[in-house]
Amino acid sequence: MTDGEGGSGIISPAEWRKPSIRFTLTALQWLLLVSLVVVGLGPIVWLAKSAITPTLDTIIHPVSLFPHGAAWSNLREAWSTVHVGLYFWNTVVIALGYWAAQIIVATTGGFALSVLRPRYAALINGLLLGTLFIPGVVLLVPLYIEIVQVPLVHTSLIDSYWAIWLPAGASAFNVVLMRRFFDNLPREIFEAARIDGAGPFRLFWSIVLPMSKPILGVVSIFAVLASWKDFLWPLLVLTNPNEQPLSVRLPSIESQTSLGVFLAAMFIACLVPIAGFLVFQRSFLRGGGLGGAIKG
Amino acid sequence: MLDQLREPAFTKRGLSRTSRVPRRSPITWVRGGGLSTLLFLAPLLFVFGAFSWYPIVRTVVMSLQHTNLVQPATWVGFANFKAVWHDPLFPVAVKNTLYFAGLALVFGYPIPLIAAVLMSEVRKRRGIYSALAYLPVVIPPVVAVLLWKFFYDASSTGVFNTVLGWIHLGPYPWLQSQQWAMPSLVLESTWANAGATVIIYLAALTGVQTELYEAASVDGAGILRKVWHVTLPQLRGILLVTLILQIIGTAQVFLEPYLFTSGGPANATLTVLLLIYNYAFGNSLGGDYGKATALSLMLAVFLAIFSLIYLRATRSWSTR
Repeated sequence: MTDGEGGSGIISPAEWRKPSIRFTLTALQWLLLVSLVVVGLGPIVWLAKSAITPTLDTIIHPVSLFPHGAAWSNLREAWSTVHVGLYFWNTVVIALGYWAAQIIVATTGGFALSVLRPRYAALINGLLLGTLFIPGVVLLVPLYIEIVQVPLVHTSLIDSYWAIWLPAGASAFNVVLMRRFFDNLPREIFEAARIDGAGPFRLFWSIVLPMSKPILGVVSIFAVLASWKDFLWPLLVLTNPNEQPLSVRLPSIESQTSLGVFLAAMFIACLVPIAGFLVFQRSFLRGGGLGGAIKG
Repeated sequence: MLDQLREPAFTKRGLSRTSRVPRRSPITWVRGGGLSTLLFLAPLLFVFGAFSWYPIVRTVVMSLQHTNLVQPATWVGFANFKAVWHDPLFPVAVKNTLYFAGLALVFGYPIPLIAAVLMSEVRKRRGIYSALAYLPVVIPPVVAVLLWKFFYDASSTGVFNTVLGWIHLGPYPWLQSQQWAMPSLVLESTWANAGATVIIYLAALTGVQTELYEAASVDGAGILRKVWHVTLPQLRGILLVTLILQIIGTAQVFLEPYLFTSGGPANATLTVLLLIYNYAFGNSLGGDYGKATALSLMLAVFLAIFSLIYLRATRSWSTR
């Protein structure tokens, strides 16, 4: 990923010096950049512009570059009158629990399977890898019924955030990712710690976790993003509108809200993922490649 | 080398100090760290047991039962499977899902690859390219769909129809016509997902050995031939994986047909997952969970068999 001369090497320096090749490639890359700006950035810029444009103006001139008059009130109205503020905080709370569940399960489980390695680790690994191959749709209905009628304790978790948080922890991908990372930590350090008298809890908290910051960051980012994007499951288990996250509320408020306010609400829903992406770009793009690496 | 020799001995002893005791009684098990290991595994075992392994088994059981949560479940054998099989909507949903998956391959499979290869040769500010490509991936899918739904406005003042009107095309009916609805869904879905694949390819492209390109250059290969004979063969492992992942993903498409069209117009975008949803949750009088689980099992088994055949058929080619 080095910048400057070299690229990935498809084009040799000799070829790069030929004006025809240089011109064609530069033109193609500019074309790519322009289309990426239009396709990738365009809809979001349009949404940002329309969020502060009067409804009527958006309807009459949907593709004008500049709004005729600003309507900052759209954002205010969306946040308070349409209760987007409430749904926003619901989304935040759901995301925090989702993140905590995934991190706790993945770190403790990965640590036990990679470092402590009990005799039955192979069995658990097998079961985990098995779930990676089961499409999520298989779980939908039985999981829903399990939430409606929780076995053994005979209550219902409908309208409780636990109905989202607890199943969120069952991400085999995260556990496998974490286990692989722990596998590559130097074993000598564990042995040295053991000789110095550190038990498994000390080893986990003071040695393995601090050494795993990069992977913890990647898993955290993708946990929060996945929670923010989730739609179907919260739609099923959260029936009370006051508890629902943005993704579930947006389709329902569409018909009752004026277009400008609705677009402002959608823009608010995008803010956290986009800001997170801009801040943690490196982790996003590195972690995005992991998806292929672990399965390949 | 030394590490490799030492590692088995270390792992066999684990973190215990007393595991040299030959007999394993509960006390030596606790002293040997067995209990703390189990404590560390407790969150994983609880969460996966309750919310992954148990529901998987439950699906199989429920598909053979008649359940509506009110009356006790009764065993009905394969009646649910038969009912799904004879549902006139079943072939429609299968056909639509195959259509969606096929269109998604045509639109979505070559574009990320071409973009990634071009981007890998960008000399300056490559980060901007990958950031722009990845941006749609972080947009919440619900927002993306609702935004595109507005763009797809079928009147001549709709966003896409206005833009296409500049070059004297359209107006197109987009989501409102049986013929255009599915391609419209696929277009949005490709927009939303292509960036993730681009990033995977970019990561894989950095792994291609530059010596191979140099050797190809020495042998007189031009740029396109190097891409064809070096880059693509070197990426074939990841290309095969992304292909199967995309097929598995598109076979489970739900959000786009649910939010864009609710399966319409005239069931033109009714997918298998939407049918499962309708069986289980679409009826306000109570869901037919038996049929829903039967159909989801059929989909899962189909995908499993398909993946196995695919992996078997491409194994020799991908590891050569």
